[in-house]
Amino acid sequence: MEQEEKKAAKIMLREVVDQVYQEAWDAKKRGEPVGWSSSKFPAEIAETLGLKVCYPENQAAAVAAKHGGQRMCEAAEGMGYSNDICAYARISLAYAAGEEAEEKPMPQPDFLLCCNNICNCMTKWYENIARMHNIPLIMFDIPYNNETEVSEESVAYLKGQFYDVIGQLEAISSRKWDEERFEEVCKNSNRTAKAWLKACSYCQYEPSPLSGFDLFNHMADVVTARCKPETAEAFEALAEEYEQAVKDGTSTWRYDENYRIMFEGIPCWPVLRTLFTPLKNKGINTTAVVYAPAFGFVFNNLEEMMKAYYKAPNSVCLETGVKWREGICRENKVDGVLVHYNRSCKPWSGYMPEMERRFRKDLGIPVVGFDGDQADPRNFSEAQYTTRVDGLFELMEENKKGRGSV
Amino acid sequence: MGNDGFSYTLGIDVGSTSSKCVVLKDGKEIVSKALVPFGAGTSGPERARKEVLEQAGLLETDLSYTLATGYGRNMVEGADAQMSELSCHARGACELFPDVRTVIDIGGQDAKVLRINSNGMMENFVMNDKCAAGTGRFLEVMARVLEVDINEMAVLSARSEKKVDISSTCTVFAESEVISQLSNNADKCDIISGIHRSVAGRTGGLAKRLGVLPQVVMTGGVARNAGVVKALEEELKVPIFTSPLAQYAGALGAALFGWQKYIRN
Repeated sequence: MEQEEKKAAKIMLREVVDQVYQEAWDAKKRGEPVGWSSSKFPAEIAETLGLKVCYPENQAAAVAAKHGGQRMCEAAEGMGYSNDICAYARISLAYAAGEEAEEKPMPQPDFLLCCNNICNCMTKWYENIARMHNIPLIMFDIPYNNETEVSEESVAYLKGQFYDVIGQLEAISSRKWDEERFEEVCKNSNRTAKAWLKACSYCQYEPSPLSGFDLFNHMADVVTARCKPETAEAFEALAEEYEQAVKDGTSTWRYDENYRIMFEGIPCWPVLRTLFTPLKNKGINTTAVVYAPAFGFVFNNLEEMMKAYYKAPNSVCLETGVKWREGICRENKVDGVLVHYNRSCKPWSGYMPEMERRFRKDLGIPVVGFDGDQADPRNFSEAQYTTRVDGLFELMEENKKGRGSV
Repeated sequence: MGNDGFSYTLGIDVGSTSSKCVVLKDGKEIVSKALVPFGAGTSGPERARKEVLEQAGLLETDLSYTLATGYGRNMVEGADAQMSELSCHARGACELFPDVRTVIDIGGQDAKVLRINSNGMMENFVMNDKCAAGTGRFLEVMARVLEVDINEMAVLSARSEKKVDISSTCTVFAESEVISQLSNNADKCDIISGIHRSVAGRTGGLAKRLGVLPQVVMTGGVARNAGVVKALEEELKVPIFTSPLAQYAGALGAALFGWQKYIRN
């Protein structure tokens, strides 16, 4: 019997995400409650209770990538939402209100899981949906952490909420909490995170066996399906592919690698190709991305789990954020940083000017920013972006004459 | 190479509102320059190229290297290379003012501030984004509504006796504000002075983000407006140097880079 050809990791990863959406649709058909969740709400809880959950941020990114972002944003603005609020929120609010999104349909929610560790816009966004649909909103409050460590009081606060959320979801699911199942789910979650981090770590090689932009696509799995063993298997396969690529001297980055950069921020989903092209033309590979590893956290017990959920890019203090990024820049040997000043994400953009100053001082590399938006194409200008990338290239060239990369 | 044995490099700066060309002899002497008030996507770049070659008495084939910069740099046919207007303005400003450390360039719709290191190379920059308030376009709109020649604005603002503020940062709303001031019989000279301070405030904010290190040099078309230069000096509290060649700084820098690339090859 011929050996079955091994499936490419990117196909495995795509199938995992498709399965998340399909299972949600199937559950809806069976009359089971389906939830919408913010991207860093503790996914282990719903998974343990067998509840199917979708992720509006992932849906919005997919809609935007398939060029439906402006239509949905305009629909939300027509409903009265300001164009100053996050474009993911606008897309999601429009969808929740009944606007079609053939680019990435998902079942309407029966309950909502909202955690504000990624931002505070989530709170009002989800409150609005809860009001629209008259459904339960389960809030998990994770405040901004001004310290570099998570205090015992903070852990206690989160643990209290953790048990409260379990109670609310037991009622919604009509199931009882199973501690053994929870341990199994956590094991999967950790396995996924480790495999994801391992895959990301291959960016350290020079030249890199992957284009950093690949990680933007692959991260959908770690957001939507962290607790599933299939996700871990897919990321393990991805890491194996990168390992092999290093041995063979190949890469998914098929161009010259003249310079390596960190891409700071969420990518502009509607114009990914436009973001990529000037970088490709100048041989600038993205070998460090903050957005992706942000979802690769590992924990050994409940306390560590609570601390892990306390660490989203926008909820850690400036010092932690800088240390994190500078670590990635050093490990992945970048020559420069390209910062996306994302109109949709005020918290992420707000601290970037100070971070830029620290990167320049601490790493001695050029840092350039451009204006854009994660999902609303109206806030991006190709000509302005290209000029800035060219400027970054010229700065890196000049810097190389002086000191080389970090 | 020209028939006379010298090497000529051409720098073409294709902006949004104008096209500028400079021809350099052996990377040292400006032999001709041309400016056509039409930019990317028009006949401007080609007309400027033709004019600068005619002035120099050269043919295309006499050129050793052509380097294009500006918004329309990728649309210039026959260019040997392209570089961003950031580096080119930096290089051009350094050529005109060797001690420069901060370049403020205000063009038709772009404003940028460049940090120059002690080697005369750019090491950082900031640019305006999305909004052209405070750029040449802003001044054109204001000149039109005031029914004055844009080239007279500096002289007129120098006659200002009373402070009139134009507070809107949006060009369109600022235009409405100016109309409102005119309706209230405000003096045109006072309004123009207010407009210049508005540009200086906006650009000054950009410059302060980068940090203002002397010597500060202004390039770009708006540098020809002494009223804006003066207002910016007051805003930043530093002397600002400029040159009659301010608008050609990008093209000059491009020609210089072209020379560098030619001799390296």
